[in-house]
Amino acid sequence: MSEAVLHDDHHDHKPTGIGRWLFSTNHKDIGTMYLVFALIMFFVGGAMSMVIRAELFQPGMQYVDPQFYNSMVTVHALVMIFGALMPAGVGLANWMIPMMIGAPDMALPRMNNMSFWILPFAATLLISTFFMQGGAPAGGWTMYPPLILQLGDGLPYLVFAVHFLGVSSIMGAINIIATVFNMRAPGMTFMRLPLFVWTWIITAFLLIASMPVLAGAVTMLLTDKYFGTAFFDAAGGGDPLMFQHIFWFFGHPEVYILVLPAFGVISQIIPTFSRKPLFGYTSMVYATASIAFLSFFVWAHHMFTVGMPLTGELFFMYATMSIAVPTGVKIFNWMATMWKGSMTFETPMLFAIGVLFMFSIGGFSGLMMGITPVDFQYHDTYFIVAHFHYVIVPGIIFGLMGGIYFWLPKWTGNMYDEKLGKLHFWCSTISVNILFFPMHFIGLAGMPRRIPDYNVQFADWNVIISLGGVAFGLSQLILVWVVIKCVRGGEKAGDQVWEGAHGLEWTLPSPPPFHTFTTPPEVTDATAHS
Amino acid sequence: MSDSHGAYFIPEPSRWPIVGTLALFLMFVGGGMVLNGYIGNGQYILGLGFLALVYLFYGWFKDVIDESISGKYNEQVDISFRWGMAWFIFSEVMFFAAFFGALFYTRVLAVPWLGGDSVTNIFLWPDFQAVWPLLTTPDMSVTGLESKYMAIKEVIPAWGIPAWNTAILLSSGATVTFAHWALKKGNRSALCWWLAATVLLGFIFVYLQASEYGHAYHELDLTLKSGVYGSTFFMLTGFHGFHVTMGATMLLVILIRSMKGHFSAHNHFAFEAVAWYWHFVDVVWLGLFIFVYWI
Repeated sequence: MSEAVLHDDHHDHKPTGIGRWLFSTNHKDIGTMYLVFALIMFFVGGAMSMVIRAELFQPGMQYVDPQFYNSMVTVHALVMIFGALMPAGVGLANWMIPMMIGAPDMALPRMNNMSFWILPFAATLLISTFFMQGGAPAGGWTMYPPLILQLGDGLPYLVFAVHFLGVSSIMGAINIIATVFNMRAPGMTFMRLPLFVWTWIITAFLLIASMPVLAGAVTMLLTDKYFGTAFFDAAGGGDPLMFQHIFWFFGHPEVYILVLPAFGVISQIIPTFSRKPLFGYTSMVYATASIAFLSFFVWAHHMFTVGMPLTGELFFMYATMSIAVPTGVKIFNWMATMWKGSMTFETPMLFAIGVLFMFSIGGFSGLMMGITPVDFQYHDTYFIVAHFHYVIVPGIIFGLMGGIYFWLPKWTGNMYDEKLGKLHFWCSTISVNILFFPMHFIGLAGMPRRIPDYNVQFADWNVIISLGGVAFGLSQLILVWVVIKCVRGGEKAGDQVWEGAHGLEWTLPSPPPFHTFTTPPEVTDATAHS
Repeated sequence: MSDSHGAYFIPEPSRWPIVGTLALFLMFVGGGMVLNGYIGNGQYILGLGFLALVYLFYGWFKDVIDESISGKYNEQVDISFRWGMAWFIFSEVMFFAAFFGALFYTRVLAVPWLGGDSVTNIFLWPDFQAVWPLLTTPDMSVTGLESKYMAIKEVIPAWGIPAWNTAILLSSGATVTFAHWALKKGNRSALCWWLAATVLLGFIFVYLQASEYGHAYHELDLTLKSGVYGSTFFMLTGFHGFHVTMGATMLLVILIRSMKGHFSAHNHFAFEAVAWYWHFVDVVWLGLFIFVYWI
């Protein structure tokens, strides 16, 4: 580090070797590491879901025992949420926020490095439980006691992995807040920020407010198991339901932590390929903030069937319904942006439109189960599984993938293969619907979640679902192929990349130099994004 | 060390973040082994992780202090640090909120349900009385001395040592402010004396709290294993005591740096960050005093 003074004049000096990555203080390198890690974990979690779908291909027990099946269900969820979706969102934030606001880097670059490097170690803690006495966690990703407390030696590692991931998320969120509030270029006022930046500030606040609560909840699990406390034991005056309340106080904002960055991405993509400014920018900002605010008052809609007082059921039903209003504002604005636009349908745009259609399917089924008496039928069935997978896969993951196609030419300097990108989109879209849509039917017919066997009446649909799952998994190999091909070469991308693209990041060369905006740009209404 | 481009400060690549990650990883691996009963090796790994963590704090802060003293930081860096510290403290507030939430939930909902006309009361624990402080747990009401949860003889009254501790922490909040005023006037000896008084008050608080724990464990049968009262009591006051210990240690570092003359009347964010943190543990204590000890 001491020789660094010598490099003051070499603005584009890149560190070399493994040290470039281990000791990195560069938002672009750290962003790349986040995205690569997320992609790897996407396939790790995907492999687990393939085990689930193999077991469910036929009724009866085929390949795995019930305990291992439940471990697959549990760890698939944890890996996808904490290992794939959140890091992918943070990776995009790392790459894009400094370039979008005209900053040279994140505000706290060393902490940024630590936020990333925690992830592989936390994932190691989590995955290592498979090799321990008692196996990996099998009580569901929600970790409800008393069931989760029956886990063997893996419990402390599950808890510590969650702590570790929480530390990473909080540091990342603090960094994003410090960056956006303090590092904006002159003239980059808040209402000129690209919407992706807005969604990330709001997400960062959600993270700081909710991750410590999860840390508290899992700490109580640990002390209940190892130190004789009685938080979740009614015999000692506690209450197992209390865990569910504390967990979902984190868990519901977490849903928006996952989805808001994806909303931000498609808010960049849709105006670009409609060649129109985003419709209703201000209302977009307020709608996003309202969704985030309301997300703290709806948690118990995950627990309608546990036996709450009627007042509670009603409160949480109405609060849940009210979230549909700001979400509707956003969907309306995206559609209004496209209205009479000069639209083209490159891969990022296809993914964004896919989000509009298929996230809305998940949103509508969410409204259905937000109705308390109706939820009594849906609870813990495959209808729920269909709902949240529609929100997460063709909603969040499609949004993030759209972002990857959108910015890949900017990051690498090469255009990706448009034919392959479109192939990836259509294969994914067709297979994802084969995979998740029939789950609505078998869920309504009564097939329960988290059970490795089922009544033969569900057999036909499960065959179709499993085939859709395999097809979706294979389709994702196209993405890997596209990314590798694009990194290795291809048609050179211009600075602006897309004809309709506006904003500071598109004024930089593609690929951008190692350090960008070392002198702050001046932002005016003409150069601002919206 | 720095690579300052015009107005901006961007640190060069640093080994500290990965050292910090490894330190925490070792502590988690070792801690998990200790909890699972692999005591021998687990303790060494835990201890190694802790030493690495101490090394991390020393090294990372040394770099930051060197950069600060050599004038590499501008006002923008200062403001980034302020945002960082403020929201770190907010995340700590939310961590305590989880435990306060658990306290309120058990007192207002869980315990009254267990003692009311709920099915658990009718079928499992008909003799259970819902009172707070909860001296006798539902399990105790049936199994008596066989219960896995020990009965509490009495709880710690608010108007003994806890009230003194309140006075101590509140006055330490005042002394740290006097130290700040002295620093702003450039009066280093007053700064050091007031800071020393704050550190002393902090450690007296921790000492009194520790002796209370001894009293609770040995004479009152109030332990982590005495049902939900003991659980909430010790987890809340324990995490708070841990934060006071950290805060007092941080103040001690600031005292040493003050004696070395690291701070000027206009440039002393490290002092302010620790003072914020100290006020935060102070406010948490007020919540504890009111809701855990008093009402």
